[in-house]
Amino acid sequence: MTPPVTPPRAQAPRQPATLDALPVPADFRGELQAARALGDPATRLERLAQLANHRLGFLETIQLDRALAEAASADPGGLARVSVALLSASTVDHLVPAARVAGLRRRLLLDVRLGQYGQYRQELLDARSALHRAPPQLVVLSLHARDLLATLPLGAGAAEVEGAIDRHLEELRALWRRAREALGASVIQQTFLNWAEPAFGGYDRAVPAAPARVIGRLNDRLAEFAAADGVALLDVARASERDGLDAWFDRARWLQAKQEVAPPAAPAWGELLGRVVGAQRGLSRKCLVLDLDNTLWGGVIGDDGLEGIVLGEGSARGEAHLALQRWAKQMRDRGVILAVCSKNDPAIAEQAFREHPEMALRRDDVAVFLANWEDKAANLQRIATMLNIGLDSLVFVDDNPAERARIRGSLPMVAVPELPDDAGEYVARVAGAGYFEAVTFTAEDRERAEQYAANAAREVLLQSAESMDDFLRGLEMQVAFGPFRPVDLPRVTQLINKTNQFNTTTRRHSAEAVARFAADPATVTLQFRLADKCGDNGLVSVMILVPDGEAPGTLLVDTWVMSCRVFGRQLEHEAMNLAVEAARAAGAARLRAEYRPTPKNGVVRELYPSLGFRPGPAAPDGATAWELDLAGYVPHATHIRRSPD
Amino acid sequence: MTDQAILDTLTRILRDLLGDDTIVLTAATTREEVPNWDSFAYVSFIVAVEMEFGVKFGVAEVESFPNVGAIVARLRALLG
Repeated sequence: MTPPVTPPRAQAPRQPATLDALPVPADFRGELQAARALGDPATRLERLAQLANHRLGFLETIQLDRALAEAASADPGGLARVSVALLSASTVDHLVPAARVAGLRRRLLLDVRLGQYGQYRQELLDARSALHRAPPQLVVLSLHARDLLATLPLGAGAAEVEGAIDRHLEELRALWRRAREALGASVIQQTFLNWAEPAFGGYDRAVPAAPARVIGRLNDRLAEFAAADGVALLDVARASERDGLDAWFDRARWLQAKQEVAPPAAPAWGELLGRVVGAQRGLSRKCLVLDLDNTLWGGVIGDDGLEGIVLGEGSARGEAHLALQRWAKQMRDRGVILAVCSKNDPAIAEQAFREHPEMALRRDDVAVFLANWEDKAANLQRIATMLNIGLDSLVFVDDNPAERARIRGSLPMVAVPELPDDAGEYVARVAGAGYFEAVTFTAEDRERAEQYAANAAREVLLQSAESMDDFLRGLEMQVAFGPFRPVDLPRVTQLINKTNQFNTTTRRHSAEAVARFAADPATVTLQFRLADKCGDNGLVSVMILVPDGEAPGTLLVDTWVMSCRVFGRQLEHEAMNLAVEAARAAGAARLRAEYRPTPKNGVVRELYPSLGFRPGPAAPDGATAWELDLAGYVPHATHIRRSPD
Repeated sequence: MTDQAILDTLTRILRDLLGDDTIVLTAATTREEVPNWDSFAYVSFIVAVEMEFGVKFGVAEVESFPNVGAIVARLRALLG
């Protein structure tokens, strides 16, 4: 019997655009073989991580994941491990390789365990389940809207529908709470794909129980519940609006294998998850570095002059470049640092920012402005140094493919989006890459641009000061301090998870764990805010002192982090003065501390001896241990006054 | 595209999917004869084939292919 005739499609379903900013691998098969042939597992992992930073398809992702498993089984160290439980109401096995590859892209080793298909409630609620016996750090819930829709007849009224949606979400919220409280895990919740067929057409939006409207409302309410509970979203619904539903959902795959997310979308699903996991762990990028000619405007300002560049309303090309500028301005307003790196005459380049009427970006939006004729790699390194951030915090946007290739080759840790030929597509490509994924938006984020402007003012003061001491005295610094209050928790969590340099132990703590420290009467928590006459730096340092189980009367510095923006201002001295007072008030006689070295925290290697600590008992794993007898502590003299409140 | 060229492509896809370069598909090969080609891997294989050739199989026919030769024949028809 001949099979029924299906007319051929012109092409397979469109794939999501999520990975489009990554370069296409030149020779995937060859590069994978070369990586697998490397003997040293750590080197092999590094090569695989570089390969993961390419635009990989469904099959390539599976192949890379297999090579990753080989290399990771040798446990070479160097990459942070994250244990993940993926709990679902559909088949998700096909998503796991993509999750691990997206982790590798961020130099994280994701240890993914799957729940039994459809058993997510029991696994979370039953304290004897496998999940509870080995609690993961992260619970990812991948659900669908079919159960909810089944309970709602088309004639149900608005109140009935809203009530059903909220009951459904309250049940979900109880599971979130269970994951956080019983497992101590952070929660990532997938949004609901809206595959509902039209019941009435355009009138669906007017009928409360029309399935497409129900799923839309469900996602809206889910976002509110998640924001209130500090649960991050894996927003496949939003991605499917951009890519088209067919790119994310394939009815054939649901019918054949109960796959809610279509396999061709697996690499994109993994990447979306990787972005959120990265953001939770402080791995999102911090600084957007922009080229000028043919990136921020059309044309070459050195040749065409201020009047000759194409920018702004009135021409499609000019509006395309303006759109990128407006997006960059938005990034500045949410706390991303902006920098310029361009081969240009500095006076002419800056003139555009000061005088061109169509520029959305102004000169003082840009924290570091480097226009010169030097090598761009050297300039990017200078930008990172001047801002006191790592190269892996930079995104570099340049229209020139040769410059992009050069930076990728010489500075692989800098993210360099692959731009399309058409400037009209620039903004969508760069914005869609998810470099600045966030899981919070704090007051510090809102004020960061002003804080970097204030730093420029301090730079001027420093240059006119006779000595460092003279400069610090002239700043008129004030510290406000105290234990963690509920209002501080988002920023405290953000600082603990984002800080890499001034971080003595590089212990990351989830929002849940931070709240537990704050509530524990035996733990001393301290947050410090530093202000001076140039501006308020906000909450810039955090300390957590926990009772040392082995030594009564001793507090152990579990965590001490400080923002790189306030290095060299004596805050570490004043913070230790205050910590000693708080420790004495808690009845302690001794402080113990550790320095755990990482590739990034060399700046605090000598911190404890410089503060008067003596070497303590031997510490494991290359760490150094330190001890301070509180009775003999002499407070450090600083130019920081304590704030009256 | 000749049947042999289609068969070669299917062989490459299945080798990549299962990480097994010893696999050689013929028209007579059935799923049971290839180690690890379980129902999960079969769905992934179908997806990869659809993506490679830019086609879409019908929901029911995916379950009805008796052997690799039937897939080749169907692809030949779809590719026209």
